[in-house]
Amino acid sequence: MTHRLFVRLSLLPLAVVVVAFFLLPMLQLIITGASGDLGLSAYAAILFEPRYRATLINTVLLAAATTVATLVIATVSGLFLQRHRFFGRAILVAMLTFPLAFPGVVVGFMIILLAGRQGLIGDVTLLLLGEKLVFAYSIAGLFLGYLYFSIPRVILTIMAAVEKLDRSLEEAARALGARPWAIHRDVILPALAPAIVASGAIVFATAMGAFGTAFTLATNIDVLPMLIYTEFTLSANIAMAAALSVGLGLVAWAILALARSFSGNTIAAAG
Amino acid sequence: MTSAHGVAVGVAACAKTFPDGTRALEPITLDVARGETLVFLGPSGCGKTTLLRIIAGLERPDRGGRVLFNGADVTAIPIERRNVGMVFQSYALFPNMTVAENIGYGLKIRGIDRAERAQRVAELVALTGIEGLEQRRIDQLSGGQRQRVALARAVAARPSVLLLDEPLTALDAALRERLRFELDSLLRMLGITTIYVTHDQAEAMALGDRVVVMRKGAIAQVGTPREIYFAPANRFVAEFVGAANLLTARAVNGVLNLAGGKLVTADVNTAGDVVAMVRPESISVVAPEAASLSGQIERISFVGDRQRLTVRGTIERPLLVDAPNTLNLKIGERIGLAIDPHAVRVLPGERP
Amino acid sequence: MGNRLSFLAQLALTLLVAAFLIVPAILSMLAGVTANYFRGIRSGLTLQWVMQVWELYADTIVRSFAVALITLAVTLIVGVPAAYALHVRGGRLARAVEEIITLPLAIPGLAIALALLLAYGGLSDFRRSSLFIVAGHVVFTLPFMVRSVIAVFALIDVKTLDESASSLGASAWRRFRDVIVPNAVPGILAGSLMVVTLSLGEFNLTWMLHTPLTKTLPVGLADSYASMRLEVASAYTLVFFVMIIPLLVAMQIFADRAGRQVA
Repeated sequence: MTHRLFVRLSLLPLAVVVVAFFLLPMLQLIITGASGDLGLSAYAAILFEPRYRATLINTVLLAAATTVATLVIATVSGLFLQRHRFFGRAILVAMLTFPLAFPGVVVGFMIILLAGRQGLIGDVTLLLLGEKLVFAYSIAGLFLGYLYFSIPRVILTIMAAVEKLDRSLEEAARALGARPWAIHRDVILPALAPAIVASGAIVFATAMGAFGTAFTLATNIDVLPMLIYTEFTLSANIAMAAALSVGLGLVAWAILALARSFSGNTIAAAG
Repeated sequence: MTSAHGVAVGVAACAKTFPDGTRALEPITLDVARGETLVFLGPSGCGKTTLLRIIAGLERPDRGGRVLFNGADVTAIPIERRNVGMVFQSYALFPNMTVAENIGYGLKIRGIDRAERAQRVAELVALTGIEGLEQRRIDQLSGGQRQRVALARAVAARPSVLLLDEPLTALDAALRERLRFELDSLLRMLGITTIYVTHDQAEAMALGDRVVVMRKGAIAQVGTPREIYFAPANRFVAEFVGAANLLTARAVNGVLNLAGGKLVTADVNTAGDVVAMVRPESISVVAPEAASLSGQIERISFVGDRQRLTVRGTIERPLLVDAPNTLNLKIGERIGLAIDPHAVRVLPGERP
Repeated sequence: MGNRLSFLAQLALTLLVAAFLIVPAILSMLAGVTANYFRGIRSGLTLQWVMQVWELYADTIVRSFAVALITLAVTLIVGVPAAYALHVRGGRLARAVEEIITLPLAIPGLAIALALLLAYGGLSDFRRSSLFIVAGHVVFTLPFMVRSVIAVFALIDVKTLDESASSLGASAWRRFRDVIVPNAVPGILAGSLMVVTLSLGEFNLTWMLHTPLTKTLPVGLADSYASMRLEVASAYTLVFFVMIIPLLVAMQIFADRAGRQVA
């Protein structure tokens, strides 16, 4: 067998799997999206139908808020952890990255334990303020949930980027008289910008498409993935569900592609 | 000759032990005159960069060590407030700023207004010969251009002392030689107190008013380039700054007895067992019959501007001799060697 | 002074975030072995909830492992040769293929699941088996295996190894078996850990694809959060943690070792 033939054969199983279980189904999805009552205009419905538009805006705002909050918290903590060595640091890092592989459902449960009817926060506020604060089943709870699975991921990325920073740039800035905040503004943050942008894009895309967390917290939170779910299972509005899914997929992919062109490397958006 | 600028720098008993236990510097005491260019020369690991960083304020010396600028103790002052200009080995140019912004950064930090900044940046651009590159980003520059930007940036805010950490090491040989020459003119023109670190002896001798040869964290010798070259204090310095023949011999009334003959030194009082040094270029090839020292050619290396001979039989080791490139010599030939007594340097610091 | 204050402030923030992440996890682990969550630890420790979880959900746990292992097998057979081929061919084609197999990561699991349902929902035998779930998992985890193996190929300069083996006369298949794969083991291991961990925890896809007879652990978890008492849900979550944390630790150790080799 020649080398070229071997290489081609090596790609065959991949081709079969990808075409059969991804490309063809996606094609089917796109076609189905246009097969309902509204036809092709189903795809525009996300922008024009008030109900769908409201959900879209909700989802985008939530994803944006999550992204900003996560980036701020993770950058501060990531820089801090990578630049200082102190007793207990390793444990702290482990605690912060421990939730890395939690599925959305489990994160939802964590939020319930914190802010649900029997939640820790509720107990504390009952003691301090006489009233039990329960917000797990609202958009605030969802926001916390998104923070919960976004922060560990971004902190790891930021810490890796901080480690690669060229310290001589900071020394040069110091030699020129710059104080710490000037160094952060002019040297460190610009150098971290690609990592921050790339991570931010992943957080945004993941938050847009996250389902498990919202599902666990309640079926009536108004975000796009829940809308798709209810359209499909409860309303049996398959075409609309398909169209919305394709729309959501496009938006998520576009954001990631944009960020990748900005930062120049391939990135993973897991679950 | 321009006037001297900057501060006089003093180092008093500065040693450095790193947290992991490495002893990088033994206590060093040194003075740098105002406007002088002092070069720290030595192999890697000798502590020269550590000493530079202590003077800069990036490292603190071990307890008891002091750094003085014009007599004032600046040891406790961090680098941000020492007003030094530093050029790093990797240049450390800011990739998120243009060339002009890089050069002007020190001025921006000092609150100089935009118009004055622009003027000063223009001065430095002209001085370092990088006109036309002001709006370029760093990754669009060549190695030589980056070096000039790094220098311009360091000098822009009129520092009291200029510190250069192997600024030419990252460049290729041909470029290095050309830039060394430009750097020399620039430093002379600026007249600021300059401390320069390198492991290249040719660079050190070309640029330094005085050279500090370092080894294993301590000073091996301080002197002008000529002093270091012609009168090295010990074996290490002799071999580090140029090719050297080291001979151990017994001296009687200033004459060294060698295997292949006799060698007259300049000092009649030299006696006992000594280590002496003769550089290859100070040995002349003469007819063997008349000479007091002779040997047999083992190898000839035609280097271009001279021939380097390896001669056996004069001393216990092969002797390196630089002969004119036009001389017709053969391997195995017996030759005589004539050496000016003043070219024989007895190393005071060495015992055979 | 400002430095000290800034240090403490950053430490405080970091500690707060760490607490936010860890406290509920610890609470849930405790709740899973506490007789009565309401009354707390004082009510005593017990394994009754864990036992109940096993009674109710043993099939989900077993099925999750089975799905994960089958997914792993598929990604190995499909992904390793493909990674080799892509690395060797290089160029625009390889980049385009990598782009395509990475697409499922950008598209929400929900959408992919929907697509699979629309395409194969009609094949009722396939649709109702666990293999349907495996199909979804493979699509989602394949890029991790492929990328992990390609990364190690790049690191060890597999092209030169391949060339020297071929200069010694080995055929393409022999080279693959004797030289390429053995040298790719670190990447294969790292990829495998990743695939198994992701598969065990996958929910978005699986929820849409499952039937009452093909539930996986995360699907069971969602069930229990909605309908079971807190202690049972916590015990079930505890079982999940016990399954997944050793894998995470193994991945971290692996990453550290790989990082040190590179550096």
